[in-house]
Amino acid sequence: MSSTDPAAWAGYAEHPPRVGFFTDTSVCIGCKACEVACKTWNAVPEDGILLSGMSYDNTVSLDASTWRHVAFVEQPTDSSDGVRWLMSSDVCKHCTEAACLDVCPTGALMRTEFGTVVVQDDVCNGCGYCVSACPFGVIARRESDGAAHKCTLCYDRIGDGLTPACAQACPTESIQFGPLDELRERAQARVSELQESGETRARLYLESPEDGVGGAGAFFLLLDEPEVYGLPPDPVVTTRDLPRMWRRVAVAGASLAAGALIACLGAGRRRA
Amino acid sequence: MSQRTGRGVRGGEELMVPRARPDSYYGRPVLKETVWEAPDIAGYLFLGGLAGASSLLAAFAQLSGNRELPRVSKVAAAGAIGVSLAALVHDLGRPGRFLNMLRVFKVTSPMSVGTWLLTGYGPMAGAAAASAVTGRLPRVGAVATAGAAALGAGVATYTAALICDTAVPAWHEGYREMPFLFAGSAASAAGGLGLLATRPESSREAARFAVIGAAIELTAKSLLIRRLGPAAEPYQAGRVGTVMEAAEVLTAAGLAGAVLSGRSRAVSALSGAALLTASALTRFGVFEAGRVSARDPKYTVAPQRQRLAERTGRGSA
Repeated sequence: MSSTDPAAWAGYAEHPPRVGFFTDTSVCIGCKACEVACKTWNAVPEDGILLSGMSYDNTVSLDASTWRHVAFVEQPTDSSDGVRWLMSSDVCKHCTEAACLDVCPTGALMRTEFGTVVVQDDVCNGCGYCVSACPFGVIARRESDGAAHKCTLCYDRIGDGLTPACAQACPTESIQFGPLDELRERAQARVSELQESGETRARLYLESPEDGVGGAGAFFLLLDEPEVYGLPPDPVVTTRDLPRMWRRVAVAGASLAAGALIACLGAGRRRA
Repeated sequence: MSQRTGRGVRGGEELMVPRARPDSYYGRPVLKETVWEAPDIAGYLFLGGLAGASSLLAAFAQLSGNRELPRVSKVAAAGAIGVSLAALVHDLGRPGRFLNMLRVFKVTSPMSVGTWLLTGYGPMAGAAAASAVTGRLPRVGAVATAGAAALGAGVATYTAALICDTAVPAWHEGYREMPFLFAGSAASAAGGLGLLATRPESSREAARFAVIGAAIELTAKSLLIRRLGPAAEPYQAGRVGTVMEAAEVLTAAGLAGAVLSGRSRAVSALSGAALLTASALTRFGVFEAGRVSARDPKYTVAPQRQRLAERTGRGSA
């Protein structure tokens, strides 16, 4: 049992090993098979057909009806073809410390036995708190049904021993699925290999349990700063500060009561 | 199609793709903008504060022997919380399922805590008002008045945790001062309503509460802006800046009017109206500042970059 075992925290005494995604963006070819496979398997509704003008990215961002999103970055370089292509398939991070799950007031968001985070559609009442709590802008509310939706890490497939649809469809193994401990080892080896071969900007993102979300179930190998891909460089789960917030609310509430008392004490005496 | 002319043309070819800013993905926000609607939720921040603080004022004014003010404040509290509940349910994506809030109690979710606070507070505020207006069941009325006051302190201030416990930069980063800003704003609204709706001989407690509240609100707001530094920009720039400034001017004017309110009914009513308006503007301003800060990736990325740099600088990365 690893030090970050969210399924155990959630009360699963016996549970399968924590699983996740390792998305190695260095081998992503931008084919969008993951986007299509995800939509198909999960029956996610169409989310608009438009041309965004953002390179080959017409999906634009993760959303209630977009659970995999391939980012395309064109960086001008001095090389012969004049451009460096960065492609990355983004997804819900299934955080160890998940803000969406913490703030959900109905219990619709829950931790599965695999350590992943899913929304129970029949419970969600569409309050939208998770939308503002997510430090990655992943979860969103769908107009058509008023509820929050996001990647389930194919909860219905992994329970049957299948690979999630996106990873199954990925032709280059850019998206790898498996037990998180194994994925982390594989990722360390891969990033070392890339750095030795001269790709000095290669780095792992959200793989460390020491980071602001306690490490993610879905982590990435990036070839540039996270913000280049639209990811926050140092996300911290908001609920880490919540105990301090509650303490201040308590002091402010007591001050408010004291203010009312003081306002009335003096006034009463003068009237009498 | 492209609005660029001249400079955008390179070698006869127009640049169709906007140049990627190195610190963002095509200028797209990192965060999702809140799905909360301003009239519902900013309106609730105001009305919930007004209700909670009015219940406190009603209870203590009653103890000090005031007869008119407690009745006014109790009716205001019940009315404000009634409208609030309607707004909160209306804002849900699936309003028919609002009772799902009562499936669980989670201290990690300020919305869950708030739901249970309101579940206790709403009926108490209603019973206190009903008893005050009809004169019936005075004992039940007294218990409800005390209960509404106790829970009212929570109702008026938990909303600070509600908005600060998010990834929204302008809200989250303000979590130290927000509870005091909201408490002050609530007191100044409740005091303002008392000034507006009672005769001067009965509004002394309201005037004093308003003065205390307005002073706390102005202090907390200036501390918030000063501590945030460059991250305070969403509170200061553009339309939000105008709203926040107007709120400050009205609060200061209302505060001055409340100090002088014993002399004239007109001054008293005017300052009460100014304070109520100021409190509402403050809540809408804070709400919109959050929205602005979530929309522009720079408010998400820059502070995180700075945090990283500081950590690396200290060598503990």
